[in-house]
Amino acid sequence: MLHDKDRIFTNLYGQQDWRLAGARQRGDWDNTAAILAKGRDAILAEMKASGLRGRGGAGFPTGLKWSFMPKQSDGRPHYLVINGDESEPGTCKDREVIRHEPHKLIESALIASFAMGAHAAYIYIRGEFCREAEHLQYAVNEAYEAGLLGKNAAGTGWDFDFYIHRGAGAYICGEETALLESLEGKKGQPRMKPPFPAGVGLYGCPTTVNNVESIAVASTILRRGGAWFAGLGRPNNAGTKLMAISGHVNTPCVFEEELGVPLKDIIEKHGGGVRGGWDNLLAVIPGGCSVPVLPKSVCETVLMDYDSLRAERSGLGTACMIVMDKSTDIIEAIARFSRFFKHESCGQCTPCREGTGWMMRMMDRMVQGRAELEEIDLLEQVTRQVEGHTICALGDAAAWPIQGLIRHFRPEMEARIQHYKAALSAKSVVQVPVQGVPVAAE
Amino acid sequence: MVRVIVDGTPVDVPPGSSALQACEAAGKEIPRFCYHERLSVAGNCRMCLVQVVRAPKPVASCGFPVSDGMEILTDTEVVRRARRAVMEFLLINHPLDCPICDQGGECDLQDQAYGYGTGISRYQEAKRAVTDKDLGPLVKTVMTRCIQCTRCVRFTTEVAGTPELGLVSRGENAEITTYVEKALTSELSGNLIDICPVGALTAKPSAFHARAWEYKKTDAIDVMDALGTNIQIQARGGEVMRIVPRVNDEVNEEWLSDKGRFSVDGLKRRRLDRPWVRVHGKLHKASWQEAFVSLARRLEGVSGERIGAIAGDLCDAESLCALKDLMAELGSSNIDCRQDGAWYDTTNRAGYLFNSDIAGLDDADALLLIGTNPRHEAPVLNARIRKQYLHNGRGAFPVASIGNIPVDLTYPVEVLGDGPTALADLLAGKHAFAEVLKNAKRPMIILGHGALTRPDAQAIYEAAKALALQVGAITQGWNGLNVLHTAASRVAGLDLGFVPGPRGLASTNMLRGGVEVLWLLGADDFALDKIGPDTFVVYQGHHGDAAAKRADIILPGAAYTEKAGTYVNTAGRVQRAFRAVFPPGEAREDWRIIRAFSDVVGHALPYNSQEGVWARMASINPVFGAGYEGENTSPQLAAPETAQGEWGNKLGSTPLKPVIADYYQTNPISRASPTMAECSRVYSPVRAAVAAE
Repeated sequence: MLHDKDRIFTNLYGQQDWRLAGARQRGDWDNTAAILAKGRDAILAEMKASGLRGRGGAGFPTGLKWSFMPKQSDGRPHYLVINGDESEPGTCKDREVIRHEPHKLIESALIASFAMGAHAAYIYIRGEFCREAEHLQYAVNEAYEAGLLGKNAAGTGWDFDFYIHRGAGAYICGEETALLESLEGKKGQPRMKPPFPAGVGLYGCPTTVNNVESIAVASTILRRGGAWFAGLGRPNNAGTKLMAISGHVNTPCVFEEELGVPLKDIIEKHGGGVRGGWDNLLAVIPGGCSVPVLPKSVCETVLMDYDSLRAERSGLGTACMIVMDKSTDIIEAIARFSRFFKHESCGQCTPCREGTGWMMRMMDRMVQGRAELEEIDLLEQVTRQVEGHTICALGDAAAWPIQGLIRHFRPEMEARIQHYKAALSAKSVVQVPVQGVPVAAE
Repeated sequence: MVRVIVDGTPVDVPPGSSALQACEAAGKEIPRFCYHERLSVAGNCRMCLVQVVRAPKPVASCGFPVSDGMEILTDTEVVRRARRAVMEFLLINHPLDCPICDQGGECDLQDQAYGYGTGISRYQEAKRAVTDKDLGPLVKTVMTRCIQCTRCVRFTTEVAGTPELGLVSRGENAEITTYVEKALTSELSGNLIDICPVGALTAKPSAFHARAWEYKKTDAIDVMDALGTNIQIQARGGEVMRIVPRVNDEVNEEWLSDKGRFSVDGLKRRRLDRPWVRVHGKLHKASWQEAFVSLARRLEGVSGERIGAIAGDLCDAESLCALKDLMAELGSSNIDCRQDGAWYDTTNRAGYLFNSDIAGLDDADALLLIGTNPRHEAPVLNARIRKQYLHNGRGAFPVASIGNIPVDLTYPVEVLGDGPTALADLLAGKHAFAEVLKNAKRPMIILGHGALTRPDAQAIYEAAKALALQVGAITQGWNGLNVLHTAASRVAGLDLGFVPGPRGLASTNMLRGGVEVLWLLGADDFALDKIGPDTFVVYQGHHGDAAAKRADIILPGAAYTEKAGTYVNTAGRVQRAFRAVFPPGEAREDWRIIRAFSDVVGHALPYNSQEGVWARMASINPVFGAGYEGENTSPQLAAPETAQGEWGNKLGSTPLKPVIADYYQTNPISRASPTMAECSRVYSPVRAAVAAE
């Protein structure tokens, strides 16, 4: 469990002033020039040593990602793009950073941009985050006034501009290349990779896209040292992570916790326990809606980190868990996700465009039980046909929850189908009206 | 070169190639829908998935760059399963209406479903339906069939330069549309039908007329413009059903203009199918014998100088050759293939050709248009200019024009002035564009008929030539002084010397009563009212257009689909076309009519076969000889023989005017075509609106 002294986001709940004065009291913008004075390579080495993995869901090592940027510019500018398009259902961690710790984000963006040779950073904020964008804009204005942004930002000798761009509500724009397209003013559709953004990104220039949280922790890591960060959590799953609990718990919340803590402990400590007690737990979706669901038996023992959840064929994702007690219709819950992914598929590539609709329709029937038993296998095959065949990961994200459902809750699905069939056959007596032809009643 | 191993076979491909190109180089067939080699890579159909060793997932080969030593597997279980999966997904929402689909039989989806699909569908849910869009008189849509490959979007955006199509909405609801329903304004919109891999975009005029496998296919040359687009005429039972382009990278790549594609229904209307003779002011049906005899009688006693011939724009070289020979036999040198009265420098073949060749545009780095509107005069050429503009990048392919162009050429054009005086300014270095041309490595000048049909045409030409020499457009290996013709027969006519002899009369003089008997070989596009009332007019042609009304004798000829013919395109490329169908009724191939008449008139021409005509043509000009085909002209050009002071004061000041007023109505065939008439009706208001802006 995380000690208070190791907390990075000390104003996560907005109990203190989020503006510049308050941020300075918490240590932000404290001699930023000294961090930059260490030089680019030292910063990259420190970030690599910290073992920080991307906080957006995929978990790619952040220091390594930064080091992919060209060391020397070939004339094209470099860009840092911060992904604040937090649209994953059940996920609301970046929002807290943006509205309560904006200066931590801006300062870290300066450091990250310096480490990548970028003089400009863009943040793409989910369109629905109105107040958050206002807070961040206020903080940016403050920072410009205080000389922390602009020419010779914060006395570092590095020119740095920070731009806020607000999205318009498309989930796909959280995919890094679709985000770049959207930022360029085009329709948000993922690009083919390669070329990767580090080579050809925003406006055709080398670009790194990072999650808000991945960037925001950078300043603290560089102040306290990569070794400190790496000392938290488990090997290869280092550091602290913003997590959230929603659903059937007594106290849903967003919190910062060390990686590698048992899921059960987290639910008990932060979530105040499952509604009706631990034995009332049905399942947990550990990281936003696009990772497979975990049944109670797995939740008993699994640790909350990248590798432990991967070993259970799920994933950490955004680490924002959705807890469901036994009152939940788990099939309906997953079908709702299928509806979401069908609605948010960009329609560019075939498997996702056609497959999400197919999966949604089958799931809708599964909810009622209006299907054949073999169709569960067909549904599973369709998810396999979508997975790994698409341009971006939305196809995978649409497939995984269904795969998790079939893996862990197949008996429930079969029971639903059999119940439907039984109900239908009980009623399907032939009724003969007084006058007229016999009709089969449903 | 990069070495790639495809299914165990090493192949060398240029760096930057895609995995798909490497697989093709290795002779492997990769199914695809969205990939088209002349369009940008979208990578969205996912049909071309292959396995790359050490890659975690199958990759879309169309957009995956090769690297040295890369191993590609195209025929593994993973790949086969991926293709089956994509095929199944494509088909779940595709209607199974192949029996009534115009694309049936030539449908990529159909073919690849046979080759790579499972043959059954496991989809039990309701299918999607999409509202059809009205894209104007040429392209018919059945949008439910669309597989969202976005080839059409990329074609209109990149090649045609009229970004009017787009993919709106997302997911299952994504559809191709113009957003606000409107007709496509491109002159290349017919190519959408070819590039659409399914039956979503089909030809509206020929909808439900025939099936793809019923056609008899004949290779031919398009005559609607002077580009010499390579076409394939597809006919069924003596009727030309449709025309599609053939691939020829040197000429048309794989595009065809809308006029060339959709004028076919004009071939069935207003045709001259029997000879007519005017008796007492009224045309009467006649037999060939009667027509020939009455013409021979009329010619009796008329001296050679009082006979003239004007050739039109659609003639094949054979008929030009025969008519020239006949005129020579009759003692006349009053022959002219320039019904529009254009002036050319005929001292040298390079004086009237598109010297840098069509493909030369791919090397050019600056362009000056003089009195030409390539979008209407040669739409496919215009697409090639746009291609070079896109290829070089914004600002790196400056294009300027002398003479206002009333349409958007699909690339930025700087108008230097509306009259030839702007040319003098350029020569004097008064305009910044002179510097641009001078700094260009391969500057190009295109001289159009807006300039060459003026009284000061010679001065404009000489000035343009002087400019070309001044800016280094004429060097060893590069001749950037180009004439863009609008008539398919023009270069062949000039090559054969179908121009007035030393004492012969040019077309304008023949009309002014210079001749007593005027033989019009398909010549309709000039002021017929200028023909004197006493002139005896022989009209040999295939359509009852303007000139046939004025004619005293009508000899029915064959349209370009109905005769084997030789055509020379604006770049001097000699190309042969084959006969697709027979001419209607009594109509005959044109050179045979002339040959037959020469017997009647007692001056038998010395050839009886097509080969004989070809030998005769080769003796007039070796470019028609065997083995010459395909070779381009030499880049040498004689220095301008006119002194520089002379043209300066001969340049007129009146604005240069476009020669084509209505793109869809330029010759007897397109004027007879209901489809072209409909296009004219639909697009003329659009044009007017654009011009007014």
